[in-house]
Amino acid sequence: MDKTRRDFLKIAGLSALGLGAKPAADAFAQSAQGPKIAPIPEALKAKRWAMVVNLKKFKESGPDALQACVDACHTIHNVPKFDNPKDEVKWIWTESLAHALPNEEHHFLEEFVKEQMKGLPILVLCNHCDNPPCVRVCPTQATFRRLDGVVMMDYHRCIGCRYCMAGCPFGARSLNWRDPRPFIKTKLNREYPTRTRGVVEKCNFCDERLAKGLKPACVEACKNKEIIFGDLEDPKSEVRELLRANFAVRRKPQLGTQPQVYYIV
Amino acid sequence: MFENALRGSKGYWAWIILLLLVLGAGFANYLRQWVFGLGITGMSRDVSWGLYIGQFTFLVGVAASAVMLVLPYYLHDYKVFGKITILGEFVAIAAVTMCLSFIIVDLGRPDRAFNVLLYPSPNSVLFWDMIVLNGYLFLNLLVGWTVLGCEQRGAPPPKWIKPFIYLSIPWAISIHTVTAFLYAGLPGRGFWLTAIMAPRFLGSAFASGPSLLILLSFLLRRTTTFDPGREAIQALAKIVTYAMVVSCFFVACELFTVYYSQVPEHVSHFTYLFSGLHGKSGMVPLWWGVIIMGLLATILLIIPQTRNSDTILPIACALAFASLWIEKGIQLVVVGFIPNPMETVTQYAPTLPEMSITLGVWALGALILTLLYKVAVAVREQEPAGMSH
Repeated sequence: MDKTRRDFLKIAGLSALGLGAKPAADAFAQSAQGPKIAPIPEALKAKRWAMVVNLKKFKESGPDALQACVDACHTIHNVPKFDNPKDEVKWIWTESLAHALPNEEHHFLEEFVKEQMKGLPILVLCNHCDNPPCVRVCPTQATFRRLDGVVMMDYHRCIGCRYCMAGCPFGARSLNWRDPRPFIKTKLNREYPTRTRGVVEKCNFCDERLAKGLKPACVEACKNKEIIFGDLEDPKSEVRELLRANFAVRRKPQLGTQPQVYYIV
Repeated sequence: MFENALRGSKGYWAWIILLLLVLGAGFANYLRQWVFGLGITGMSRDVSWGLYIGQFTFLVGVAASAVMLVLPYYLHDYKVFGKITILGEFVAIAAVTMCLSFIIVDLGRPDRAFNVLLYPSPNSVLFWDMIVLNGYLFLNLLVGWTVLGCEQRGAPPPKWIKPFIYLSIPWAISIHTVTAFLYAGLPGRGFWLTAIMAPRFLGSAFASGPSLLILLSFLLRRTTTFDPGREAIQALAKIVTYAMVVSCFFVACELFTVYYSQVPEHVSHFTYLFSGLHGKSGMVPLWWGVIIMGLLATILLIIPQTRNSDTILPIACALAFASLWIEKGIQLVVVGFIPNPMETVTQYAPTLPEMSITLGVWALGALILTLLYKVAVAVREQEPAGMSH
């Protein structure tokens, strides 16, 4: 009797140890092998997705084009609209040039914006950094970087600690400070999940559309090629051609996060 | 041993009931937050951490400061701290419990808190903070309870506890270093991006924790028969003095680098503190309060006549504690977000439910501390005469 009890305890103890070791071993194993992804034949594929925002084109198209991009994104992703700025959730929005690129600010920038940009603001969104600090700080891997460069959010794993919001140098992330569902003012898109209160969300480069072979909603909303989306690793891609032909800047490149949204001024 | 906490005077029970009421009010407001979401607080998209995380940060320091008693007593056999060391360890237990509670009340999805264990992420500093905080809670519970239990039986502490005591010393340093690294490793937050963050945290911790302990010692002396001894209090006062001087020096180092280099991302946060930014100046009076109270406390502590005075020392300690509480418990976290990444200013003020929840967590800490101190004092009162170690 005594012997069997001792044996039982031994096995129980070892099993408990094994249970504890499993997630730890998994954590290291994952980084070595990389996740397994089922192939989707119709999906758009790239080695590294990137976006080029052409401010010259937006100058030609005017403020309605900017708003069209914001509306397309927020409608398709069921982004709530709060009257109170404190609760605000946004994926893509406009900022003045001086606020979007604070390092480029100078006393006469306003004159330039007035003369050369018709006083227009510029679009800002998640930069899908190559070296994303939000992914580095997340304690649950609820935000992660896909192999093709898209920085993703898992709304079902996020604990709402908001460390990623502190880590992001671009203010690209929003928490659902309260239940967002009553504040979805646009027609509900049943193809994309709504979120619960207490989780963080942000631009996802329309991964759900890429999987169906479609370009991001903001890109599609652009009638005049104001935003171009493509594979940065493909020398023949449109984004690479634009970067070859034009001088482009990124937001806060000095921080080493390697933003993948480029602006042609 | 715990039965001692269930016997007490009318005043003792009145205090317990008061704490339970505050705790209950906090809990009721927490239920409201649970249903409504964190929108019930003053936090916003721009200032996404507030009072909760501030209090957490401050209390990690209070918890870590137990090392200022453990180290002299156990490592250097400084016998003056014989009676007071357990008080420091019990403060650590209460403070770490409050830290963990503040983390939980700050989560948007507290029901998923265990995801941190299910998906361990060694690249997140928060993951390591969870490990060191829980480890420190365990160490202090183990050491404090074991040593006090032996004392009650009139026996010396067992040999096996020594390694845990020694381990708790570097562990205390680790909890506050890791907590500083939560902030000091973020590329886009100029206010926090400074290598002196961890040393600064430790400096202010070793001032705020021991000054709280001095105040508690005076309180115990007045309300119970327990007296940690004048010499112990004076030794603690010297620790607070050095820690305050070091803290002031570290802040001065920070200010030099920021203002001599004049790098805008770093200057703008301090401008917001000193005089306001873009016409918004919500933190200015508090910041000057921090400076005045901190300097006054430091002066009162440096001058031997005032430090030795039983009436002025508690005042100096209260000033030091209040100054560091505002600096670390509110401003350090909030001002990191002001201005925001777009260099615009969104201000922050906690809401009433948020303050009630915060008070509730403090009441929880005070309750734990009261029960633990009640046990400790009772054990000391029963102690056979002439028995000390």
